[in-house]
Amino acid sequence: MQRLKTLISAAALVGAAVFASAFGAPAHAVDLTMYYPVAVGGPLTKIVDGMVADFEKSHPDIKVHAIYAGNYNDARIKALAALKSGQPAELSVMFSIDLYELTELNAIESFDTVAKTDADKAWLKSFYPALMSNGELAGKTWSIPFQRSTIVMYYNKDAFKEAGLDPNHPPATWAEMREMAKKLVKKNASGDVERWGVEIPSTGYPYWMFQALAIENGQELMSADGRKVFFGSPASVEALQYWHDLSAKDGVMPKGTVEWGTLRQAFLDGKTAIMWHSTGNLTAVKKAAKFDFGVAMLPANKRRGSPTGGGNFYIFKGGKPEAKAAALTFIKWMTAPERTAEWSIKTGYMGTRPDAYETPALKKYVAEFPPAAVARDQLKYSVAELSTYDTGRVRKLLDDAIQAALTGKSTPKAALQGAQSRATQLLKRYQ
Amino acid sequence: MRAPRSLLPHVYGWLLLLPAAVLLATFTHYPTVASIWESLFLPATATRPGRFVGLANYAAMLDDPVFHQALFNNVWFALGTIPVAIALAILMALIADSALPGRVLMRMAYFTPTILPMIAVANIWLFFYTPGIGLIDQILAGVGLPGHNWLGDPATVMWCLIVMMIWKEAGFFMIFYLAALQSISPDLREAAAIEGASRLTYFRRITFPLLMPTTLFVLITALINAFRVVDQLFIMTKGGPDNASMLLLYYIYETAFSFFDSAGAAAQTVFLLAVLIGLAVAQFALLERRIHYR
Repeated sequence: MQRLKTLISAAALVGAAVFASAFGAPAHAVDLTMYYPVAVGGPLTKIVDGMVADFEKSHPDIKVHAIYAGNYNDARIKALAALKSGQPAELSVMFSIDLYELTELNAIESFDTVAKTDADKAWLKSFYPALMSNGELAGKTWSIPFQRSTIVMYYNKDAFKEAGLDPNHPPATWAEMREMAKKLVKKNASGDVERWGVEIPSTGYPYWMFQALAIENGQELMSADGRKVFFGSPASVEALQYWHDLSAKDGVMPKGTVEWGTLRQAFLDGKTAIMWHSTGNLTAVKKAAKFDFGVAMLPANKRRGSPTGGGNFYIFKGGKPEAKAAALTFIKWMTAPERTAEWSIKTGYMGTRPDAYETPALKKYVAEFPPAAVARDQLKYSVAELSTYDTGRVRKLLDDAIQAALTGKSTPKAALQGAQSRATQLLKRYQ
Repeated sequence: MRAPRSLLPHVYGWLLLLPAAVLLATFTHYPTVASIWESLFLPATATRPGRFVGLANYAAMLDDPVFHQALFNNVWFALGTIPVAIALAILMALIADSALPGRVLMRMAYFTPTILPMIAVANIWLFFYTPGIGLIDQILAGVGLPGHNWLGDPATVMWCLIVMMIWKEAGFFMIFYLAALQSISPDLREAAAIEGASRLTYFRRITFPLLMPTTLFVLITALINAFRVVDQLFIMTKGGPDNASMLLLYYIYETAFSFFDSAGAAAQTVFLLAVLIGLAVAQFALLERRIHYR
């Protein structure tokens, strides 16, 4: 009996100790958990960790656990799983286009409820409007731009010279890109292609590339309220036809789909003279390219254009008010002009606000490396990325249609009209 | 207040089983029942309330052309990988079991693909298959053949995945066959030699039948793997182009986490579970009678 008593009291002691360490005497006033994704090349986790460490130094009362969570899908899944488990992350970086789904799931807090002071409200207005549009719904702001990009055109100047083209004149129109690409194709003695003219990736995010082509052809892909899509319109079909013909008719792009993940390597190895890719790859390309390369805005047909892309800061529901306030402090710190400039220089993502480009660091960088400003200059032609209700399914319908057309399984017209009718069906219940 | 003596062994036994039972119930049985339950409802969102819909989620599943394609692809994937992987595994085991010099090295070499994580393997093979700069195209260029967009062509993408899966799995199965071969008594070989049986006859009439319990085990493992292992799709194809490499489990993942359709995903999960249980039961029932257990 005595032994049992000893045992019980020992167990109670251990329990008390565990309890105390878990709930008592916190080392910090507020602990924040943040998930964030990485979708481009380069040591992005290190950069984020470094910025977080700097933040904690200047804010000793806030501790931020920044957790790398894979790609955009994975980050959203982990954040939502944490929310469901009852221990939500206070904030996360997630896809800017997840907005409709996240509000449908009642998962996120609008910034209007946490940013209450006049200074906070002014801060909400300090970003490029084109980057805010994916985060606005029902008159409220739900997310703050962070790792934002547009599609830009990377081109190999050495290849341009070799093909007798002016290396300082990248193609500015669709017709020009097609003609230049024909000259840029290089074949070996037996007629196999050694270098393609242009590659537009069609895995991973095919809808994103297609949206650029559609905009350039004067066609928006969705209505501003996310309840309608325009996949099957003649201008959309024409855009996909152009993409399709680059490989099927003009022979300047590989047949089949072009892999998103390996395209940068193919460009760096000189296997394609032009690639369309996220500006988030800029620093990685700059570091690894052994040839002279240029970066240009996407070519125009009826107009110039690119969708914006990338990730925003979101604040989750369910946290304590002081945690939300701390999350806001952190987000404001991370998106301050100096940090935005640092982030942009280290990654290639664009500065999300005009005054970031006025900082000495970014000013100097842009002067030395003009491609860093291309994404910013293209912003005035940019539109919100494809995002609708039931966005995952709608997006997949479009992705499948694009791939079906590019692999020759279906004509661009039939593929897009099929996607249109099924998407209309899906969106019916939101009308 | 002492418990009857005869009850003690039972209590003891149940206590011993308890840890395993708790784990199984928590991570296997409860999720299974929860999936079946969830597949009968439409969950609530901000704009519509949740409600019971009966088998509507299953009807939607059967109506979905992508689901059909995923199912078809999966059957194809299983048929493409399993027989070749097993044949290769037996062949490699026979070689690794023979008294060749350097066979320890050979066993290790055969086993290496197995110990690599699938994600790493997929990343390596992604670059093998990359048109122009990939290993395969480089070899083809070396012998003067044109390259191919292996993963970007619906006609070849499945084969690419099948070849990679065989490479990954055969070494794993070899280990089981190797163990089985080494447990076959050398007396049998001597007896067969005295009777004048050829090596082929010996393999066909003695070795292969004695390997049958291993083959059953490997077959079930391989079949389950064909439906269970989809890590490579995340890296290599995302199920594309145009669903040409879509497999069931990956589609369930997409339904649940890209489409936020947890009920639809639950219905597909229940379907997949039923298929796998059916296959396992059928295999046991059909093959059990033909297996010689020692």
